[in-house]
Amino acid sequence: MPADFLWLIPLLPFAGFLVNGTLGRRLPRPLVAAVALIPTAISAILWVWLWFTMKAAGAPESIQSVVTLFGNSWISISGFHADFAFTVDHLTLIMLGVVTCVGFLIHLYSVGYMAHEEGYWRFFAYLNLFMFFMLVLVLAANFLLLFVGWEGVGLASYLLIGFYFKKDSAANAGKKAFIVNRIGDFGFLLAMFLLIAHFGSLDFSTVFAAVSQHPEWQGGFLTAIALLLVVGATGKSAQIPLYVWLPDAMEGPTPVSALIHAATMVTAGIYMVARSHVIFDRSPYALGVVAIIGAATAIMAACIGMVQHDIKRVLAYSTVSQLGYMFLACGVGAYTAGIFHLLTHAFFKALLFLAAGSVIHALSGEQDMRKMGGLRKRIPVTFWTMTMGVVAIAGIPPLAGFFSKDEILFRAFVSPNPIGKLLWLVGLVTAGMTSFYMFRLWFKTFFGEERFEEHHDAHGHSGVHESPLIMTFPLMVLALLSIIGGWVGVPEAMGGHDEIGAFLEPVLSSSVTVTEVVSHGTELGLAAVSVLVALTGFFVAYVLYYKKPGTAATYAQRFPTLYRIVENKFYVDEIYQAVIVTPLLMFTRLILGGLVDGGIVNGSGYAAGASARGLGSIVRRVQSGNIRSYAGWLALGAAAVIAVMLFGYTH
Amino acid sequence: MVPISYYLVLAAVLFSIGVASFLIKRNIITIFMSIELMLNAVNLTFVAFAHMWHQITGQIFVFFVMVVAAAEAAVGLAIIIAIFRTRQTLNVDQVNLLKN
Repeated sequence: MPADFLWLIPLLPFAGFLVNGTLGRRLPRPLVAAVALIPTAISAILWVWLWFTMKAAGAPESIQSVVTLFGNSWISISGFHADFAFTVDHLTLIMLGVVTCVGFLIHLYSVGYMAHEEGYWRFFAYLNLFMFFMLVLVLAANFLLLFVGWEGVGLASYLLIGFYFKKDSAANAGKKAFIVNRIGDFGFLLAMFLLIAHFGSLDFSTVFAAVSQHPEWQGGFLTAIALLLVVGATGKSAQIPLYVWLPDAMEGPTPVSALIHAATMVTAGIYMVARSHVIFDRSPYALGVVAIIGAATAIMAACIGMVQHDIKRVLAYSTVSQLGYMFLACGVGAYTAGIFHLLTHAFFKALLFLAAGSVIHALSGEQDMRKMGGLRKRIPVTFWTMTMGVVAIAGIPPLAGFFSKDEILFRAFVSPNPIGKLLWLVGLVTAGMTSFYMFRLWFKTFFGEERFEEHHDAHGHSGVHESPLIMTFPLMVLALLSIIGGWVGVPEAMGGHDEIGAFLEPVLSSSVTVTEVVSHGTELGLAAVSVLVALTGFFVAYVLYYKKPGTAATYAQRFPTLYRIVENKFYVDEIYQAVIVTPLLMFTRLILGGLVDGGIVNGSGYAAGASARGLGSIVRRVQSGNIRSYAGWLALGAAAVIAVMLFGYTH
Repeated sequence: MVPISYYLVLAAVLFSIGVASFLIKRNIITIFMSIELMLNAVNLTFVAFAHMWHQITGQIFVFFVMVVAAAEAAVGLAIIIAIFRTRQTLNVDQVNLLKN
């Protein structure tokens, strides 16, 4: 039975973590890589097996598995019960596939990418730890276990962002990610408390069944729960207002950016919203908030992405923007489209990051696109695979990004949301911007004159070089997936069957129905418009960065203020610094540090010490060391006893 | 018949003189003598009470005290001589090597 082996899927990478984490320092590098890769590969194989089991005719909609330790459940107190319970349904299957397969490919890539780095064993130990927590997150059958995974991936993310911990910026970026995520987690925790208060349980099945049985519950506490869950999701999935940590997270090694900060961990928020869609469906208000957050994040991050110079930062803002798309999809009730985009995004964004890593590797660590160019002939495999990723994310058919993005735009257009048309327009503009900044990156990196310097580095590579096969192989696989990944969701209007929609139907069937009946013609028309917009983005990038390089700088100089604002990321970090961080620090230093800690805590300690010392300074005079004074006290005492006996003591 | 209170008052006076001189005097031999005085003041009360209650116990106890006092005098005087030989003084305030 598959259920009996479910716990193996997360536990295998954990075993890898334990081995590498404790013994890795002493093991040779190939062995460290094997210890990390083999459990991940077995998890991926187990996933394939699960997939075929679940796809088989007559298979149950979901598999449950409760892990008990020596017959004990996890938490069992009066009125509340939680298990180490895993569940697999069709939604989990898709997430599991993304995590195990993309995870394995990135592990493989890391073997090559990290080959010359210090702390090789540490890197793979953290990576496996991340896999463990991420798999716990997607397999969890209750909110509490999901939260364990949620916190755990945050920890792994922190450790990996700060992997180069000797660098200040990396250490700070790790702390920033951790702290910003804590804010979101606070919302998640409150949501769980509300769930316990209202349902007495955190099990998905119990909670969702209870909501389904009470159609009269609309809004109210469900809105509160949903909004608090959204707070959690904005932290993990890098949405406004908590997105600021993700661009800084690029301080980590590039495979980490690909795995954690593009393909898997940051999609946890979308997964969580989709998972609890039963709650969200009852709260149009919360859904509206999700949609608006998503659309606003998408366009804002795309704006910033257009003017960044660091290749990884462009991709980081692109990730924030694409996550905004997924949020938008969830917000208009199109959870399937959101998960579909999550799937395709995992493919092409992992590909783009890994290819960017390959470019950086080729240039011995250079990340500034102003110092690249003309790399097309020098690193052909990276060029061609990255091209697939760029075309896929730009939304040009028939690659993966087109179908998922188009589905989201279409669903936004026909959604019952009163501002659905506006959301569609924002999404469309963002699509154009996405196409523009991705082709900008493409042209600046691979075309034009060569602006880099040839390095002859220590480990024998001469100048710019293509990456080894162990790095390019994952690129090729992901490029293939970026091409064909979208074909599982070809809408009926284009002659497809929307297999992914049908696949996810049992889990994500939403009560937010499409009110507008739209003909296939409209759908095709909308698709044509978005393709046109994507091509426009390509054309503008072509003119500005290939045909007449330098024109972009002229335009930038024409609007200096606007350009500076966007280049500085709308000064959001500075605003947060001024509005939140500085007052908080002031409050901490003056009130908590000065008054509470310095005054009350330290003060009471000092007072206790001073009073003991004062008392001692008086009493110590008795202990003079002078025999006769002791004798005097003795005589006085005896006299006092006699006096009491004579005059004071009566029966 | 002399009343018991006379003996007791005399004993109290002797004891007080002993205490006072023990506290005030610096000469170690004088201090020694004042200890003897206190012991004998107590002996006096023992004897007085023994006589009053017609019991022998108190008187026997006095002999014990005398024996112990004699032994103590032997040891004490030996120590005093030893101190005088090394320190050339009988002032207790100057015999303070262990202090500080």
